[in-house]
Amino acid sequence: MRPFEYSRSPSLSEASLLTASKDTLAIAGGTNLLDLMKLQVETPGQLADINRLGFAEIEDTGDGGLRLGSLATNTETAVHPRVRADYPVLSRAILAGATQQLRNKATNGGNLCQRTRCLYFTNIDQPCNKREPGSGCGAINGIAKLHAILGTSDQCIATYPGDMAVALSALGATVQISGSKGERSVPVRDFHCLPGDTPWIENVLEPGEIITGIVLPAPVCGRQIYRKVRERSSYAFALVSVAAVLKLTDGKFSRADLSFGGLAHKPWHDPRVGEALLGQPPSDTLFDKAADILLEDARGFGENDFKIPLTRRTLHAVLAQTTEDAA
Amino acid sequence: MTEMISVNGTAHPLPEDPRVSLLDFLRHDLGLTGTKKGCDHGQCGACTIIVNGIRINSCLTLAAMHDGDSVTTIEGLGTPDEPSALQRAFLEYDGFQCGYCTPGQICSATALLEELAVNWPSDASECLEGRIAITREEIRERMSGNLCRCGAYANIVAAIEEVATGGKS
Ligand SMILES: Cc1cc2nc3c(=O)[nH]c(=O)nc-3n(C[C@H](O)[C@H](O)[C@H](O)COP(=O)(O)OP(=O)(O)OC[C@H]3O[C@@H](n4cnc5c(N)ncnc54)[C@H](O)[C@@H]3O)c2cc1C
Ligand code: SF4
Ligand code: FES
Ligand code: FES
Repeated sequence: MRPFEYSRSPSLSEASLLTASKDTLAIAGGTNLLDLMKLQVETPGQLADINRLGFAEIEDTGDGGLRLGSLATNTETAVHPRVRADYPVLSRAILAGATQQLRNKATNGGNLCQRTRCLYFTNIDQPCNKREPGSGCGAINGIAKLHAILGTSDQCIATYPGDMAVALSALGATVQISGSKGERSVPVRDFHCLPGDTPWIENVLEPGEIITGIVLPAPVCGRQIYRKVRERSSYAFALVSVAAVLKLTDGKFSRADLSFGGLAHKPWHDPRVGEALLGQPPSDTLFDKAADILLEDARGFGENDFKIPLTRRTLHAVLAQTTEDAA
Repeated sequence: MTEMISVNGTAHPLPEDPRVSLLDFLRHDLGLTGTKKGCDHGQCGACTIIVNGIRINSCLTLAAMHDGDSVTTIEGLGTPDEPSALQRAFLEYDGFQCGYCTPGQICSATALLEELAVNWPSDASECLEGRIAITREEIRERMSGNLCRCGAYANIVAAIEEVATGGKS
């Protein structure tokens, strides 16, 4: 690791001030950042340890929702009684990721900001527009099995690798952010960016901005499902994942919020998919139509072509689960 | 004021260099070489230790971040004369071959027992709420962060199962 200065931020304003500098990064659980620092993919001159700023609480909001502190760990979140009871898709998504040891250290804020697992990004001897703007993209025409099929650009085809945010997107959660200009809230669905011409910009955080919490809206009834397809049965990143909040009323979809992991540079939420399902009774034809809409602009890069039929089948399986339950 | 960390009940000052991982601090600075370095990237679990009752990968955390924390390593769990229940079970069931992964496996399993006792669910749990049934599938999923290059998995799971179920399986 390159030498760096380390300080424990005594206050949010101090942490904002420090991380406003390009050379300083916030460190929370450290499970992603330290990994990347060992690989010299990240080389900050200074680390601002935000772990003792508070923000570790998980608490009810006035309107029946739940606020997850950004420094609460993934484990604390997944095992929280209200998350288990009211937001099971979130518990399931977190538990489907990483390992118990990692989830025990990983924080909710760090999880949202985790960087791509693209092999070219994590190997400093390879070209990568995200790590080194203008150096080219190794994955296009290279090893691209884990890569995106939606929202790609000719600069970068990396995926956002996380699970938790896919569930948060389906649930319609918002991210609370604090910086020198004050506080703001951003829907999880708008938090991550597509690569475009600036693949090094992965989310909407401005320099000096710190995530303080994530707010879940009041729970909805219906069926919540997280289905993750990976290369082995545990401890692997998603090839494709689906987070779904679904409800049937009188045999027709009355709620259909779907987000997808492993497909894009962000948790993928296409409102047209849910709209196509609403008011319709479940059927194979309907599921095909939803998949057609979702995958209309999908494009494979050779090694990841399989993700297109895999996504179609996974979506099908998740939607079919609602009718199995009813039967 | 010097920043301190407690390791197996003994207080130690934290290192000056912020780059030192908790793993390197334990092995190099304190000479507690029971905790192993397999990958140094959070992938293998050989470095698993228990911090304030919670199991973590010591390779992916800085020692400097642990002021005031209380750490348990394999050296703190038992002795050759008085092994912990899991240490004894690993011996009895041949839960290892080369033994490199074993300290991490045992620290991990020690914390796993606590997690089961408070019914934390896992990816393998049928239900997120209520009592967790202790099955081999549950143990395998919960131990998936500890790789064993020798493939002693069947015996590792058997050893943990015996202790987790009190020999009632
Ligand atoms: C072997 C391995 C397997 C894994 N498998 C999975 C998996 O299957 N699914 C999955 O979802 N994840 C997986 N992960 C990733 C893991 O979930 C992340 O590393 C973790 O969530 C990051 O959280 P952290 O608190 O440790 O972040 P850190 O490493 O501390 O930080 C990560 C980034 O976020 C920034 N940051 C942290 N907190 C804040 C904040 N409050 N405000 C602003 N910026 C912040 C940091 O500056 C840094 O850039 C895996 C990781 C490993 C090592
Ligand atoms: S896909 Fe993105 S992250 Fe991967 S090599 Fe190309 S530019 Fe870099
Ligand atoms: S050495 Fe820490 S997980 Fe491998
Ligand atoms: S016993 Fe050799 S690595 Fe597990």
